Formats: sequence, C-alpha cells, structure tokens
Amino acid sequence: MIVGTDPAETFRQEAADLLAQLEGALLDLEAVPEDRSLVDQAFRALHTLKGSGAMFGWEALAAFTHHIESTFALVRNGELKVTRDLVSLTLAAADHIRVLLDRPESADHLRGEALLASFRDLTGAAGQSHQDASKPTAKSVAPSSERVFRIRFRPGRNVLAFGCNPLLLLGELRALGTCTVLPITDAVPTLEEMEPTDCLVAWDVLLTTSATRSALDEVFLFVADQSEVGISEIPLEDSSAAGRRLGEILVERGDVAPADIDEGLGRQERLGTLLVKSGKVSEDRIASALGEQRHLREANKARETTVSGATIRVPAERLDSLMDQVGELVIAQARLMQVAMADANPLLKSISEDIERLAAELRDTAMGIRMLPIGTLFGRFRRVVHDLSRELGKAVELTTAGEETELDKTVIECLNDPLVHLIRNAVDHGIEDAARRVAAGKPEGGRVHLSAVHSGAQVLITIEDDGHGLDRAAIRAKAEERGLLQPGQEVGDAELFACIFQAGFSTAAAVTNVSGRGVGMDVVKRTIDGLRGTIEVTSAIGEGTAITLKLPLTLAIIDGLLVRVGDERYVVPLSAVEECVELTRLEDSRSGGRSFLNIRGEIVAFIRLRRLFETPGEPEVIQKVVIVTLGETRIGLVVDQVIGQHQTVIKSLSRMHRDLDGFSGATILGDGAVALILDVPHLIKFARDREATVRTP
Amino acid sequence: MPLSSAIEAATGGRDALQVLTLGLADEIFAIATERVHEVLDVMPITRIPNSRPFIKGLINVRGKVITVTDLRTKFGMPPITCTPDTRIVVLEVRLGDQPTMVGALADRVYEVTEVAAAALEEVPRIGMRWRADFIQAIGKRGSDFIIIANIDQVFASEESALA
Repeated sequence: MIVGTDPAETFRQEAADLLAQLEGALLDLEAVPEDRSLVDQAFRALHTLKGSGAMFGWEALAAFTHHIESTFALVRNGELKVTRDLVSLTLAAADHIRVLLDRPESADHLRGEALLASFRDLTGAAGQSHQDASKPTAKSVAPSSERVFRIRFRPGRNVLAFGCNPLLLLGELRALGTCTVLPITDAVPTLEEMEPTDCLVAWDVLLTTSATRSALDEVFLFVADQSEVGISEIPLEDSSAAGRRLGEILVERGDVAPADIDEGLGRQERLGTLLVKSGKVSEDRIASALGEQRHLREANKARETTVSGATIRVPAERLDSLMDQVGELVIAQARLMQVAMADANPLLKSISEDIERLAAELRDTAMGIRMLPIGTLFGRFRRVVHDLSRELGKAVELTTAGEETELDKTVIECLNDPLVHLIRNAVDHGIEDAARRVAAGKPEGGRVHLSAVHSGAQVLITIEDDGHGLDRAAIRAKAEERGLLQPGQEVGDAELFACIFQAGFSTAAAVTNVSGRGVGMDVVKRTIDGLRGTIEVTSAIGEGTAITLKLPLTLAIIDGLLVRVGDERYVVPLSAVEECVELTRLEDSRSGGRSFLNIRGEIVAFIRLRRLFETPGEPEVIQKVVIVTLGETRIGLVVDQVIGQHQTVIKSLSRMHRDLDGFSGATILGDGAVALILDVPHLIKFARDREATVRTP
Repeated sequence: MPLSSAIEAATGGRDALQVLTLGLADEIFAIATERVHEVLDVMPITRIPNSRPFIKGLINVRGKVITVTDLRTKFGMPPITCTPDTRIVVLEVRLGDQPTMVGALADRVYEVTEVAAAALEEVPRIGMRWRADFIQAIGKRGSDFIIIANIDQVFASEESALA
C-alpha cells in the first residue's frame, strides 16, 4: 500500500522544519547578536516559509510572515540591531506562525495584529526607508564555493637538511578540506644508492576546499624556492557530466603523451596496466591518477547530494509497517531454518543460510532507518529553557552534548515529555536564584547540561544541573510521612532518591506555576519503565543533581539467547549475557543453603528459574547457568538447556500484564510457539523480594 | 414495556442483539458478535509464571501474541480443564482507552444467534452471585437464561466477579 503524498502535508512538515531552524537561529542570535550568518539563516527560513506558504494556500501565514521577513531584511542590511526584545518577539511570532500552520481556523487574529504592531514599533525608527523584502536585495543563497585543486609537490632533495618536514605541509593541506594524498616514489633509488638525508618522494594531492588559491600558495611559501610546486584547479562542472577518464588525467598532468594514450587504447586491455607494462609511465603515477579519478568522483557525488538533498521524507507509518514486515520475515526465516535443519537436503540448508544472512542485514538496515539523532529533540529544549529562565527570572543556560547519538524513533518520541519535565524540574527546583548562587560562591547564571552517549546496547541520557542538589533530609522526612520508609530504616541514596518518583511526592513548599503543570516524576518513571529503561539519580549538596536515563537502543528486535526450563522456553537478551557454564552436581547438591558459584575465583549468586517460575517436572541432570550482568554485579540464571542464539522480534504484552514483573515482552519462535523475554533487572529484583519474604517467617 | 437504559446500552437501541453464545460450566454466556473476532481450537498456550490465575498464558494468532484468559475464574467457578469441546474465543475489549485483542477460554461454543430486545431483562438486584457491573442484561431463551456479559468491565477489573 502506497500512501499518496499530500502536498499540503509536505508543506506542513517542511514548515515545521523551517520553524525549528528559525528558532535555533534566534536562540543562537541571542548569544551572539552580531553573527551575520545566523541572521541570514533566520531570514532564509522566513523567506522560504512565506514563499511556499503562499504557494500551498496558507495565505494568512504568508502575509504574517512577510512582515517578520521585512524586519529581518532590515537587520540584514544593518539598519536594525538584534536585541533581546527582537529575539523574544520573533520567537512569539514563530509560535503564532505555528498556530497559523496547524490550526489556521482557530488562529487569534488580534494576537497576530498585536505582534505585528510590536514589530512596527521596533522597526519604526529604522524602517523609514521601508523596502519590500520579497525582492531579495542580495543573492540569498551563497553559491557552493567548493573547488578541487590538483597539487603536485616535489620537495627539493635537500629540504630535510633545511629542517623542513614535508609531512607537516601535507597536514596543513588536509586541514583545508577533503584531501587525497598520493605518494610518487619513482625517484627513490635502491637501498644501496639511497642517501638517507635526501627527500626523494613527491606527492600528488587532490584537495576539495573552499579556501582560495592564495591560501594554498601560502602553505608552500617557505619551501617554494627549493621545491617544485604545481597547483592547478580542476573545474568540477565539465568533469561532472561523466567521470574523467584515466587517459585524460594523465595527459593533463603531462605524465604521458597523447600519442601513447591512443596507442594504449588501440589495444584492448586496461589502460593503466598497459602503460606501465610498456614502460611509458611508472606504476605510482598511474595509482596517483586513479586516486584523482576517485577523488573527483567523490567530490562530484558530494556536490550532487548537497544540491539534490541527501534525504527524503517518508511517513512514519511506512517505517512502522516496514519494521513489522521485517519482524514477520525474521520469524518466517526462523521457521525455514528449523525445517532446513531437520531435512538432509544440503541445497535447502544453503538457501536457508542465505536467507538468514539477508534477513539479518535487512533487519539492521530497517532498524538503521528508524534511528534518529537525539539532537532533533535537544533543539526543542533550548526553547523550553529560554522561556523558563525568563518566566522564573533565573539566568539559566542549557548546554548539550552528544546530539548525534542515535536512538529508535519511537523511543525519541516517548522521551519528549519526560525530558521536558526533568529539565523544568532542574531549572525550577534545582537551580537557586541569583542571590543564593552568589552567596554560595557560584556563578550567577545556572547551567543545565543535557548529554547523550552510547554505552553498549544502551543509550545514556543525562540531565545535570549545578544547583543546590537534592535535600536528603527533606526527602527522608516526606518518605516517612507517606510511609514509604520506616523511621530509622537504613537506606542508600539509590533507594532514597527512588522515592521522588512516587506519585504525588513533592518536597517543594509551594507549587509553582512551572512545577505544577505537565507530567509528574511518577509519569517520568512510568514512561522510562515502559521503554524498558532505568533511571539513576546522583546528587551532591551544593553541587547539583544528575539524573541519568538508561534506555535500550531499540524496541523492535533484539538478539536473544534461547533457553529451556522444563518444557518452557525463554529468551534472555543477549546484551545482558556474559557467559554460560555448567552447574556441576557438586555445586548443585551444595546449594541447599547457599546459591553461589565460583567463577574464576569470583563469587556469583544464582537464581533457579525453575523454582522462581514454579515450573513442573524434574530438572535436567546437568543444568546450565547463564551468567548475566546487571550493572556491576553478575548473577547466574539456572536453566535446563541453552538452546542458542535467537533473533528476537519483541511483541509487547497487553495492558492486562502491567502488574507482571520479570518479563519485558514475548516473541514468536520458529515453531510458532510463543516465548517470554526475560527482563533481567526486574526479574532479579523480583527474585530478591521473593527470597526476602520467604526468609521472614 | 419501556426498555431500561442498561438494555438499551446492550442492544445499541436495536430490536435485537446478535450474540455468540458460549458455555462456562453450567451457564450460558453471550457476547455481542461485533466484539468477537474468531473462534479457535485450543492450541499450546505459553504459561506466564507468577501471573494471576485468571491469565492462562499467551498464544500466537497469525503473528500476533494474544493473552488467553480463563473466564471461569473471573466468575468464581473452578478453573477450566481442557476437553475436545474447549475453544478459544478471540475478543476485542477496551482496556483503558485502547482496544485490545484477548482470548477467552470457553467450555464450549454454541452458536451465533439473535436475542430480541424484548426478551432481555435487567439484572435483578438480589439473587445474583456476580457483581452487577459484569453483566449487562439477562436474556431468556425457552427455559434457559442467557447471561449477557459486559466484557469491557470483566477484563478491566482486577477482582473476581463474585459480589
């Protein structure tokens, strides 16, 4: 099924992107008001919004945007300065444009008029010479200025003696752009004849750069006298039609005479091989020319992709159904493999193996498509912090790191609300007001740091503030009051801080406008649990609080280890598995009172899944232990048999199982049966709780 | 006879209610046909350790994992034992606000039939072992009573049906 693309919908998506760009540029402008490129970026976003808005029938939007664009035209011409007021006003205007975009019928015209009036006030002085911004005063899109240079650099024999290192020069070239460096060693004699202090190597360098010719000359300024330096530009336009031929390159470089090329081409062999064989040119020079061919091809490709746009838009539902189909394929492939293994036909086995490989690759590709950089989410939070810091009168700066960290699109979608809440909390509760900060010897402005980083099959997202930290005493008091902790009960930080995620738990004396709305910490916890993630809180009094969300990379398919307990099969996520060992009979018989294994001198506790799951039947004579890691600790899970690795398509369980502990979902096995997927952290917690209740009489 | 609001809710204002009738122990229950997706023979059910007795386990219905439940335990009857007549009725119920597919074990499935709205009666306030909100109406068919279950309520509730 192909969903027809609605042009209006395309515009809506495009406009949402443009608004995000505009917002980003505005927020940056607030920090560096004189940055011309940011002004240009904001102007371009407005200009495109207006233009395509009018084209797709969003007249009100286009008309409104026109006025904002005019204001920015003044800014571009230097007639108006970027001020905080202008930024705030434009942000408000961007919000209004968003309303005009999403719900044009419900847009408040008076609000639009009021905004425009404010803009007029602002431009009043400067806008005397009002000019129509729709006629661009300057070419608004800078032409791509990337050029390709061919540099032949043959340092003089004695440059080394003068203390010049040619490699440093090549390094400088590399810093200027995309560089292909090809050595030419045909002048290097045999070892006996070689003088070690002579520089005998020459280099051909292909450089794609936006730097000027004179910048290149400067690199060779100090060696130009002793060396042979040839710099020439290769025009990209004429080479973009078809790839340049090897012969052309060689002739242009003066390595081979045109007649030799014609002769070579007359014989039907690869030109390069031929020319080398006939001694017309050295192998190095051919390699160098071939390198140029490659470099040009890539430069052209890069240029094409920037011109045509390297991305396409795909409706999210299509990706979801693609993922579903890949999931079905993986299950069908598992069935095929089972049949193939039971059959003696070697041909069937080999086909089955091919399909297994293809299915795994397809799975990875499909999953890769669903991955989005988390930066798309971080961008929105700058606005949140900007608005909040104005609202609360606290100067707070949001810094981010790891925007390029990729996460499954579904995970990113679910993360917005929890992160907004955590950031609001950090700004509202975490960061003190300016007076208290100064008194505590901290800089007046607070800082919230948002970072994302990959760690194995998980992504860690940390929200860090430099505020006053969590008040352990207040949390403790509140927890005791609510009966979450017994008075005098010894608890660690982890357990104590876990209380803040309880519904309705707040130590704030007064509920402010900011903290009173949106989702609560309990909702944050529930969302993260729903994503099979965990939350860790660390805090130091006076220094700040860090909340780390640990999330799985994907929700769709994982690699699992299939195990058997009695007649039942379970999947252990492979990312948690460290190793599998046998449970020797000695260890088994000993374990009446204790359940420890000695793994290379380290004590590892184990849990009998058979007992925990109340599985009927007798255990296997030799049981196996799957050692899983949980943070720092290792724990063994005793099973009857380790069946093997299994591509696990995760099917989430219905809401009826929300009280269920220890399983994160189910999957369908090759024979069509359903198997449960163990949720290792929760399972271990469940086992511990159960042991605790068994011990207490 | 004016129809009560409960019966109107059950029939959706129509003259008759189309239902699937099924047997649980000695009782005949009825479920509106628009909620019934299909009726399956019993297949191997994957047990879920440490779950409530009402939940029997999971099955694979053409690539979808569906929870199978034992309605008998909900209605305070002894747990079901499988016989050649046992069937899994796949239903669509609303949990929270989401429609969810659920399998319900039945001792036997009778037929798809119509119960006239006039033959429906409100749940009597006394003489009922079950919680009133689990049952929409009681229908008469000959000498038998048919219990029209409010399946959304049955599945949403954590407790048993015993009042």
